[in-house]
Amino acid sequence: MFYRENGQFKSTYRADQQIFPILQDRIAILALLAVAFVVVPLTMSDYWVRAILTPFLILSMAALGLNILVGYCGQISLGTGAFMAVGAYAAYNFQVRVDGMPLIASLLLGGVCATVVGVLFGIPSLRIKGLYLAVATLAAQFFVDWAFLRINWFTNNSSSGSVSVAGLNVFGMPIESPVQKYLLCLTFVVVFALLAKNLVRSAIGREWMAMRDMDVAAAVIGIRPVYAKLTAFAVSSFIVGVAGALWGFIHLGAWEPAAFSIDRSFQLLFMVIIGGLGSIMGSFFGAAFIVLLPLFLNQLPGWLGFSISTALASHLETMIFGALIVFFLIVEPHGLARLWSTGKEKLRLWPFPH
Amino acid sequence: MKLKTIAMALAAVSALAGAAPALAQAKEQFFPLLVYRTGPYAPNGTPWANGKQDYIKYVNATGGINGVKIAFEECETGYATDKGVECYERLKGRPGVAVFDPQATGITFALTDKVPTDKIPLITLGYGLSASQDGGVFKWNFPLMGSYWTAADILIQHIAKKEGGMDKLKGKKIALVYHDSPFGKEPIPLLQERAKMNGFELSLIPVTAPGVEQKSAWLQVRQSRPDFVLLWGWGVMNSTALKEAVATGYPREKMYGVWWAGAEPDVKDVGANAKGYNALALNTSGTQPKVIQDILKQVHDKGQGTGPKDEVGSVLYTRGVIIQMLTVEAVKRAQERFGKGKVMTGEQVRWGLENLALDQKKLDALGFSGVMRPVSTSCQDHMGSSWARVHTWDGAKWGDMSDWYQADEQIIKPMVKTAGEKYAGDKKLTRRDAADCQS
Repeated sequence: MFYRENGQFKSTYRADQQIFPILQDRIAILALLAVAFVVVPLTMSDYWVRAILTPFLILSMAALGLNILVGYCGQISLGTGAFMAVGAYAAYNFQVRVDGMPLIASLLLGGVCATVVGVLFGIPSLRIKGLYLAVATLAAQFFVDWAFLRINWFTNNSSSGSVSVAGLNVFGMPIESPVQKYLLCLTFVVVFALLAKNLVRSAIGREWMAMRDMDVAAAVIGIRPVYAKLTAFAVSSFIVGVAGALWGFIHLGAWEPAAFSIDRSFQLLFMVIIGGLGSIMGSFFGAAFIVLLPLFLNQLPGWLGFSISTALASHLETMIFGALIVFFLIVEPHGLARLWSTGKEKLRLWPFPH
Repeated sequence: MKLKTIAMALAAVSALAGAAPALAQAKEQFFPLLVYRTGPYAPNGTPWANGKQDYIKYVNATGGINGVKIAFEECETGYATDKGVECYERLKGRPGVAVFDPQATGITFALTDKVPTDKIPLITLGYGLSASQDGGVFKWNFPLMGSYWTAADILIQHIAKKEGGMDKLKGKKIALVYHDSPFGKEPIPLLQERAKMNGFELSLIPVTAPGVEQKSAWLQVRQSRPDFVLLWGWGVMNSTALKEAVATGYPREKMYGVWWAGAEPDVKDVGANAKGYNALALNTSGTQPKVIQDILKQVHDKGQGTGPKDEVGSVLYTRGVIIQMLTVEAVKRAQERFGKGKVMTGEQVRWGLENLALDQKKLDALGFSGVMRPVSTSCQDHMGSSWARVHTWDGAKWGDMSDWYQADEQIIKPMVKTAGEKYAGDKKLTRRDAADCQS
């Protein structure tokens, strides 16, 4: 009844090509942004902003980056943790070694370094496909772990191998309170999500998808595999690298390579698969599922007033979480994003389904 | 409609349940307990957590801290830094929060930058950042009773003594088999310093965390045949290392663990094969000390014990008790200055931690005679004591305590100072002045 596009006529190409062609979608997105930018900082407690929403946003961004590679271009990667680590350590080195380096510049340069490494490890994708490529990107994970553990230069000769940053500021404004950190991450996520959404609708995005669906056919119609695959690796690792830099700088503050271990790569891959391959929205759903649900399950017994032992709560959390993953994959193998679009389709016909 | 009602009711109940304890806790001192009872570090994390919790229950059963009851809540970190940060954020806002014991070096590193803004002290007994002994720079960190630098120093002293003097170390080969994380890397600068000073050859053999796969590390040990192996492990890494040592035929008598590699869970699986293995001891074990007896009587006999009764008094359990005792004593010390019988803030507890003066008489009164040495901290020295011993596994239990050793100030002090200056320089901090020490 409320969600339908009848009567919305598009009279220009511009209107027809906008990201959200339906008026209700535009209103919903603007409302969501208003809530995220204004209502959340004003109303949410520090714990929510600092410990739940900030990591959720950063990991959404990393999942978004991975989704471009896996979901849009069809190149399975297990090196996401490594590209995050490159972003974080490179940004750290720019911050520490270059005097007066602005924070935003360090973060973006971290992303650039991740791009270089990502393209380098993307080269094998020209020859190998599918699961074999996943194994090749695994090499990136192990190599990067090794490099940051062993080469002291990267960690500014820190004796323990742990690095930390402090006194961050953007354009003279300090980034200290939870709300400031949250707003910085939110801005990054919004800008990158918008860029990504436009990129996948553009010529290059279509090339990626053609490559994903059938690379031989794509090559036959004139898409260069080298260009398509390596740009996907480049864009993906850039976003992942910036997310990694934010994870280190904003969320953890001090980190060691273990923060970007193979577990992180798997976690992000699961986010993309559960959220929905080839969907920008799906990256956010996936991150919400993987980040928020365990926290919720962990605290639920406390909220309901049950006192169960910490170990049991933690085991229950893992078990229910695992069961839910299986459940969702059976009910909707195309991820939460597909559920979302099915819901929207239904809503268009509601309340008179034919 | 029905679903909606149920959801509303659920929401209401959970809101009530969330609000009620918050009101009740306002009059209590709150101890957040970051623990890990699951994952590869659980065998060691669990007795530690049980000891901490049992001591709180014991203090509450005997009237609290000058009448102030202690509330507590556990949060599972799984030894992971990001989960630890989440737990910290979850619990730091509770009314009456006093002090955090992160139970992990990685989490300590991440929290070190956060605690100054939140004004909550960190107590990292025998772990954490070695340089944080320097109270002039690290205002909120308290590596009480020892750091990895003092630990490494004492081990070298012990080995030298067994060999018959410091000069006997010359030309010897010592290998450090370490957990490849900040925890395992912390002792390296000190050992390098010692290697230069005493002329032994140090080889570094990392083990990828969590340390269930160590074949290549022990292959290196077999090839280089070091005279001694220092084991810097935690959790499953320790028992795996001992099994690999058995498999490679490396004599266990030549192996020396840090105090986190010298508890029952580390050797139990290997049993008699681990006979002769040595490790640092910060504290004794066993149920003889009065405080352990009291806990058994006041907590376990009343059916309120946290873990299995036969683990009470184990090495890590006793360490948990010590950590909690020091925390409680810091609150007590703070109460002496800021008002007896009141709930202390993080800042006040920090003062208490900085002015701890636990002499032998006080320790005896608390039931800790023989368990540990006196601790006395100051504004400059946040460690309070660096005494430790070495104990040996006889195949069934830990025992055969060596004499007490103290870390060599001549080496530690300049290192702590340099590292503190570097940290202060990186973070643009200024050294605390005398006025700040009074606050």
